[in-house]
Amino acid sequence: MPQRNSPAHHDIPTLEKTPTGIIGLDQISVGGLPKGRTTIVCGGPGCGKTMLGLEFLVRGAAEFGEPGVLIAFEETPEEMARNVASLGFDLKALAERKKLYLDFVYMEPSEIQETGEYDLGGLFIRLQHAVDSVGAKRVMLDTLEALFSGFSNPGILRAEIRRLFRWLKEKGLTTIVTAEKGEGTLTRHGLEEYVSDCVILLDHRINEQISTRRMRIVKYRGTKHGADEYPFLIDEHGMSILPVTSMELQHKVSNQRVPTGVPDLDDMLERKGYFRGSSVLISGAAGCGKTILAAAFAEAACKKGERCLFIAFEESLDQITRNMRSVGINFEPLLKKGLLLHRAWRPTQYGMEMHLLRIHKLIEKFKPSIVIIDPITNLISASTEKDVHSMLMRLMDFLKEKGITSVFTSLSNVGEIAESEVGISSLIDTWILLRYSELFGKRHRGLFVLKARGMAHSPQLREMLITSQGIRLGSADALLAYRDRERGSQLDDDQAALPKSARSKRNRCTAGLTRRSSRGAR
Amino acid sequence: MKKNSKEPAVSAENHFQLRLYVAGQTPKSLAALSNLKRICATHLDGRYRIEVIDLMKNPQLAQGDQILAIPTLVRNLPKPIRKIIGDLSDTERVLVGLDLRGLQVRNAS
Repeated sequence: MPQRNSPAHHDIPTLEKTPTGIIGLDQISVGGLPKGRTTIVCGGPGCGKTMLGLEFLVRGAAEFGEPGVLIAFEETPEEMARNVASLGFDLKALAERKKLYLDFVYMEPSEIQETGEYDLGGLFIRLQHAVDSVGAKRVMLDTLEALFSGFSNPGILRAEIRRLFRWLKEKGLTTIVTAEKGEGTLTRHGLEEYVSDCVILLDHRINEQISTRRMRIVKYRGTKHGADEYPFLIDEHGMSILPVTSMELQHKVSNQRVPTGVPDLDDMLERKGYFRGSSVLISGAAGCGKTILAAAFAEAACKKGERCLFIAFEESLDQITRNMRSVGINFEPLLKKGLLLHRAWRPTQYGMEMHLLRIHKLIEKFKPSIVIIDPITNLISASTEKDVHSMLMRLMDFLKEKGITSVFTSLSNVGEIAESEVGISSLIDTWILLRYSELFGKRHRGLFVLKARGMAHSPQLREMLITSQGIRLGSADALLAYRDRERGSQLDDDQAALPKSARSKRNRCTAGLTRRSSRGAR
Repeated sequence: MKKNSKEPAVSAENHFQLRLYVAGQTPKSLAALSNLKRICATHLDGRYRIEVIDLMKNPQLAQGDQILAIPTLVRNLPKPIRKIIGDLSDTERVLVGLDLRGLQVRNAS
């Protein structure tokens, strides 16, 4: 991806900026909004304009010692206070402490008769009074365009809005003006023509019934800024714009190894296990033992005192704990010790960005050295494949930056590699393929290391045995024989079971498997 | 800044309580006040009381009556509240705004 995708870090701001305190926004705007200037925040209904402005005010008052003024044209301060209370913002308390001044402008056109010359002196006086009352440095006008429905003389209005912006600039107030998006224009009434310093566009779109919010800095005069659309979300802590991870591949790699939790598998990986900080993909058909293999890794690591975050998109904590107990993996003591953190939610619960952000937040809080995501394929049911790829790439990038060893499980059809796996394969360091075959009335699981970057891994196909004491790997002769038969070999059942020709058959089979998977490997 | 009309209230129903919001002695404000006085003298015959509020001196009063435009004339009584913005130069519209059009028709008939 081109370099411009990442916000410039080494930029000398030529313009003084006011930090918003909103997670991510200060990064993409390289420091915040233009200080003492007006910024237009526009977008359709419900896109989060008001939220952005309110958080700017609240954080300014609470964190940056900059009192603020809110002039609300559409909602009463009471309504607004209620709306943002769930986000942990206490507008009333801030107003009582004189950190915030709330004024609600109510207009009822049917009550008003216009006759002759007028101006909006009343609005200026109210604003001035509000600013003076709290010593405001920040102002939010939400939504200034409501004036257009309150007054019928557009000529006067335009002149007055122009005067208002000039006035705000003269007073050195850092201002957010929200505006409704227009048809083919940024704002319905062309406010962007009056303010040319900074324009932020918010967008809320629904894809496959799942909403995604995006933000773009359309214009920011006199400074560099991230030009892309950045996904953001609004949750119980306010707004967060997704921090874009570095696009430069500069992760420090570790030579340290982490045991896989299955000694036989360690043997296949130079007798040591995965590289620390690497990404592991375990893929296979349903019932192959993907989750068990991932859980075995989690258990082994936690027993060594590592912290592991287990994110499940399929099973609840109770369910997975019970199921793993049956194969000798006991999560309970690890959960009690706080070494294992299990979080489960439905893939369809959020859009991709929300998933990513939630995982980011969990990682920042829990600080695990191992992250397991089980399974990633489920995410596709919640979004488009493209979005899932982009999300997984960013997630893997983030995990690598943090030096976190990650294990992803992926559901694929028997003998096939899922499309999603192809997309992320370049980011995967170690890829373990699981499969099963029915043979002599019994199901056999096969395990095979498709790739393991930076190590001389075993090319063998092994039979994976899931016992009440965990996973063991056995020889896969029987499986290979079966595979030969499947592939149209002339061998009859008796011969297939014979081990004497196993070696040559195995070679043939492995070559076949590799060929079949090769499009995914690179 | 209160200017009372010379005559006291006749009855609550017919009595007009008017408040004119201005911001300093601007030409628009002065025009509005003189227009208002003229209209009241012609059409209300002492049944009114005009209060002029200068928001430059009392900015906190702008919020209460939801004043944005200057000058604004607010008819507090009789109810319902009516607002007329501008310099009140269009007498006809002021009369409509104050609901005096209907009153006149009634008086005439």
